[in-house]
Amino acid sequence: MWQALRNELHPQGFELVTVGLDLQGDAGCRAFIEAARPEHPSLIDRHHVLADLFGVINIPSSVWIDEHGMIVRPAEAAPAPPQPDGKASRFSIPAEMPQRFVEIMGEAAKIRKEPAAYHAALRDWVQHGAASRFALSPAEVVERSRPRDHAKALGHAHFALATQLEIDGHHAAAIEHFREAHRLVPDSWTFRRQAWSLEKVGDGPLARFWQGPTTEAPGAWPYAGDWLSDIRASGAENYSEPWRP
Amino acid sequence: MLLRSTIISKNEFEAGTGWQLKAEGACQGDVCIPLSQPAVAAADGMVDVERVARDIGMPLAAAPAHGLWALGPASVNSRALVSAQAPELRLPDLDGKEFQLSSLRGRKVLLYAWAPY
Repeated sequence: MWQALRNELHPQGFELVTVGLDLQGDAGCRAFIEAARPEHPSLIDRHHVLADLFGVINIPSSVWIDEHGMIVRPAEAAPAPPQPDGKASRFSIPAEMPQRFVEIMGEAAKIRKEPAAYHAALRDWVQHGAASRFALSPAEVVERSRPRDHAKALGHAHFALATQLEIDGHHAAAIEHFREAHRLVPDSWTFRRQAWSLEKVGDGPLARFWQGPTTEAPGAWPYAGDWLSDIRASGAENYSEPWRP
Repeated sequence: MLLRSTIISKNEFEAGTGWQLKAEGACQGDVCIPLSQPAVAAADGMVDVERVARDIGMPLAAAPAHGLWALGPASVNSRALVSAQAPELRLPDLDGKEFQLSSLRGRKVLLYAWAPY
């Protein structure tokens, strides 16, 4: 998907850099990266430094950076280009799918995506550079970047602690800091989804997507929210903010 | 950024936070914030993270039982970005080879965040 668009635009001085946000690093990302066979830089961000440095709070999202290293569009939802016909999606769906996944996929289908406008804007910027109306001024870039007060910044610090504690095998301690991060940065989906994905249910390819309590032991779920409850509470149509030209 | 000690080298501080420590203060892009004292100790060239963080409004969270600290990003202007100048980004690829975003100067770059969960 992205690889084809990158190859189209690469001769015009464009490069794509993909970053997988996952504290599980190689173990979490390798299968997806190898399936995509990227010819562009494909990086791993175990501590979500993209959140600290660029204000990334959701996936998929993008930041546009010009030839001089100036950000011309801050972090915003980045819909994937249309899938070429006949190409299988990333993973196959088991025939007997648990009800929770049916419901999750139903909500995910309602997430707003406006790939046509976004990708037309990208092509326009690659062709016209600073003259493109989609390249924002430095002041607009700063103004449109995520709101972040001191409490949110503290939440980022707790999230970073949690990622390292989890990597070091201190899962219970990690949960405490993930919870603080969720409380302090309630608008970050990635901070929540990363933590939820660690509470695996089963061991198949969908284990990390359960992201919520089980019917057998609902009290064992350590977080205030879960994927299905949270997306229903905020409305799936509000998951991604509308794209602003 | 993650810390195993709150006294670190200037290079570590700058690479981890995206803020450059200069004579005029802590700077990112065209924005500089004056510091109450010089950031880098003349004696050993090290940075006292707690003091500099306080001056530029970066919160510090601690997991003392595990000997771990984390410095949150600055929030001086209540926005994620202080300047439109892209901070340096150093991350490994699947083979563990470090990549620097600044190596792509001269090209337009789309930095794309995804996750396998």
